[in-house]
Amino acid sequence: MMSKILVIAEHDGTVLNPSTAKTVACAASIDGAEIDIAVLAESASQVAAEAAALDSVARVRTVENAANKHPLAAILAPQIVELADGYSHIFGPSTTFGKDLMPRVAALLGVNQISDIMSVEGTHSFKRPIYAGSVVVTMAAPPDRPVVATVRTASYSAIGGGNSAAIESADISVDLPAHTRFVDSQAGSSDRPDLQSAGKVVAGGRALASEENFALIYALADKLGAGVGATRAAVDAGYVPNELQVGQTGRIIAPDLYIAIGISGAIQHVTGIKDAGTIVAINKDEEAPIFEIADIGLVGDLFKVLPELTDAL
Amino acid sequence: MEKILVGLKRVVDYNVRVRVKSDGSGVETDGVKMSINPFDEIALEEALRIKEKGAASEVVVVSIGTADSQQQLRTGLAMGADRAILVETEESVDALSAARALLEIIKREEPGLVILGKQAIDDDNIQTGQMLATLWGRPQGTFASQVDLDGDTARIVREIDSGLETIEIDLPAVITADLRLNEPRYVKLPDIMKAKKKPLDQIPLAELAIEASPRIKETSFEAPAERQKGVMVDDVQGLMTALKDKGLV
Repeated sequence: MMSKILVIAEHDGTVLNPSTAKTVACAASIDGAEIDIAVLAESASQVAAEAAALDSVARVRTVENAANKHPLAAILAPQIVELADGYSHIFGPSTTFGKDLMPRVAALLGVNQISDIMSVEGTHSFKRPIYAGSVVVTMAAPPDRPVVATVRTASYSAIGGGNSAAIESADISVDLPAHTRFVDSQAGSSDRPDLQSAGKVVAGGRALASEENFALIYALADKLGAGVGATRAAVDAGYVPNELQVGQTGRIIAPDLYIAIGISGAIQHVTGIKDAGTIVAINKDEEAPIFEIADIGLVGDLFKVLPELTDAL
Repeated sequence: MEKILVGLKRVVDYNVRVRVKSDGSGVETDGVKMSINPFDEIALEEALRIKEKGAASEVVVVSIGTADSQQQLRTGLAMGADRAILVETEESVDALSAARALLEIIKREEPGLVILGKQAIDDDNIQTGQMLATLWGRPQGTFASQVDLDGDTARIVREIDSGLETIEIDLPAVITADLRLNEPRYVKLPDIMKAKKKPLDQIPLAELAIEASPRIKETSFEAPAERQKGVMVDDVQGLMTALKDKGLV
């Protein structure tokens, strides 16, 4: 059976988010997949060009509307449902964008959603993590209904570029609600690599003990050219902003190198990093669970170790 | 507004290390500590604060599940909810069915605001609030870390991957609570006693006559691939050597 898959592009109006290329990689692992990408934007051409370059993509379908300037789920979902006709699968990334949006699409189509696909077992069978990644469940979706799903981006490498898929403007007409309005966004401003796509990440936990002490984490990260992450406890304590949180309720990441500093290794945090290439743990408590999963462990006082390590690099 | 509806889900406690049954047919929940889903506690706390500020007159907690969920509803009543509703079923309930059942409760209760947790820590689905808002034809403010009500609208600060986003939505609406929306209060003993006298209605799920949803079957459960414990190094020099060996620095 042929699978026709519509991937919903995540973007900021000018640049395609790397989550999209990972979602396409998941879609491409379905046998016989024909993949289209939907770009809903105020002005789509720049993002569409990027999407059209992704391997395995047959077509890019654009919907240009001033209402699509900001990715509001209540505005986007009815448009996606208009586009969804004829597709066996509709995929989005399991980022806050996709998590907000895709269940609305699923509800409009009258289906449940498969959240956080980590592997494709068949056209309608997928594995996903539950209980903060303590358990992996295989799900079988009904074959006679569209599969609406989000893709756990840390489980996939971005699909390659070099393609030149056709770009078509989709002609849809649907009433959009006025009940939801964008006000503003306060994006964390940082010159450091983005946490989600960084090859290296240095992360700190509650043991850093203050916002000021996080300077040690930033100094090491800058020396390595790494992104910065944190545990829930460190974010709750106000040491760092929310977008740095890694784990069950934050970002799920898969860098080549993850350096966990003063992080005990609660399951809720570990689920966010278990796909990392190499995990380094630095903690003064030799019993900390993080050492059970770390590739390289160092028992020591972070306030002594961190400056030494930063100097040594 | 008159009323805020809050969803409370009974889940395996946050601190329990969940295990797969030996035959792979499910997750071991026998004898395991159960609690209110932590995000739902935050949702309830927010509703109580709104009521305490005088912006709502009643907080109703609702759960969908077996008779055991009464424990979590009683805890919700002890926290300060006025009334509880248990939609009772022995079956597991998928997200779409939960949203449809909650919609029926909304039709009966006509709340001005519905607050749910952003996700349940058992299935980690992150769907029900968004589906409920959709079926209700109302806006959603998901992953909320700040809620400010102003007449018929609400300003929601949302935690998103790139930082924070503020949206304005018309009420009624569904809000889903993120971690930093508030810190839920502790329940005091006298409140537990008082909660026993508060009304708790039980409604069989069948009575709500919701449409059957296309079920996604859970065909097998397994433990995830575990990472192996690696090497311990003695000092920074050892760490540098190990990193160099792997070509990482």
